[in-house]
Amino acid sequence: MRDWPEGIYRELSALEVRQVAYVPDAGHARLIMLCAGDAGMRSVPLTTEEEGVALLAGAWLGGERGVLLMQSSGVGNCVNMLSLTQACRFPLLMLITMRGEWGEFNPWQLHMGQRTARTLELCGTIVHRLDEAERAEDTVRAAGVMAFEGQMPVAVLIAQAVIGAKGFGR
Amino acid sequence: MDMRRSERFPLPRREVAQALLADRGHMLVVAGLGSTAWDITAAGDHPLNLPLWGAMGGAASIGLGLALAQPERRVLVITGDGDMLMGLGSLATIAVQQPVNLAIVVFDNERYGETGMQPTHTAHGVDLAAMAQAAGIPLTGTVHDEAGLGAALPVIRGEPGPVFYTIKVRAETLPFELPPKDGAYLKDRFREALLGA
Repeated sequence: MRDWPEGIYRELSALEVRQVAYVPDAGHARLIMLCAGDAGMRSVPLTTEEEGVALLAGAWLGGERGVLLMQSSGVGNCVNMLSLTQACRFPLLMLITMRGEWGEFNPWQLHMGQRTARTLELCGTIVHRLDEAERAEDTVRAAGVMAFEGQMPVAVLIAQAVIGAKGFGR
Repeated sequence: MDMRRSERFPLPRREVAQALLADRGHMLVVAGLGSTAWDITAAGDHPLNLPLWGAMGGAASIGLGLALAQPERRVLVITGDGDMLMGLGSLATIAVQQPVNLAIVVFDNERYGETGMQPTHTAHGVDLAAMAQAAGIPLTGTVHDEAGLGAALPVIRGEPGPVFYTIKVRAETLPFELPPKDGAYLKDRFREALLGA
């Protein structure tokens, strides 16, 4: 299988991302590990995803770029905090691993998974879908440029088909 | 628990803000929505202030991102008990990062000041400084009076932290001292003053 997290990590490096905020997801496990091993990146584990929206606003205020990694269920936790991004025109790059879509075994994930893109769009976020692992690098690069140069919230939704559907006893 | 005790607290919040921000030097300041945003503005609007008009629960996290990005600068977050209660998890996140240049000060009047002065959880005895200490923030304290404030000021302004103080301030309704409301303007003037960009 293609090592798309490694490709994303290289793009984040090239984008000069310095703060990596996350609530873990299995789909992000390798990317989180790669970023944690990079002395030029500060890993910031969060208790809830909305902290990351605020953290990265502060980072930009201080001249640093960041990225927010989360699972689709975390998008709902960010809704009001995205007012900060909108009102101040802060850039925000979010990489979101999808649950609750392709092959999902857990019905509780369907609620946010089936509404992730629409929720983000309602909140004024530009949404890119990553459906093929081959497009990981150019999609993240494109999203990063739009976020940091355009001072906009931009999300990349990494499809469950790319990650592989989770199941018990895997 | 006496729900009206905070009306008799000795410290007036605007004077505390003045004391914290006097001769502020290179300090970077984030203020939580509502009264604390008006308090720092009453002490003198400044390009290196980010007074929030919303984003409840986010003030401390903004301070963390800023402190990590600007390790040579003191970052002071001044926020209310309502905002801090909404963002309690951020105390754990800050404790994990241990930014030595970050100080968080909660002006605790035990009320939701913008919505009708309803009691917050702190009016029922919830102790924010103890929660910060339990999270692992090394320097914490609660200030009740002028003497306590005098002792806390140098810690808040200069001790290697992270630092967390609750300052019990009087529950009072004060005239609005409104900062600029356009968030993009507030952000851009802050970055221009700090980074020249």
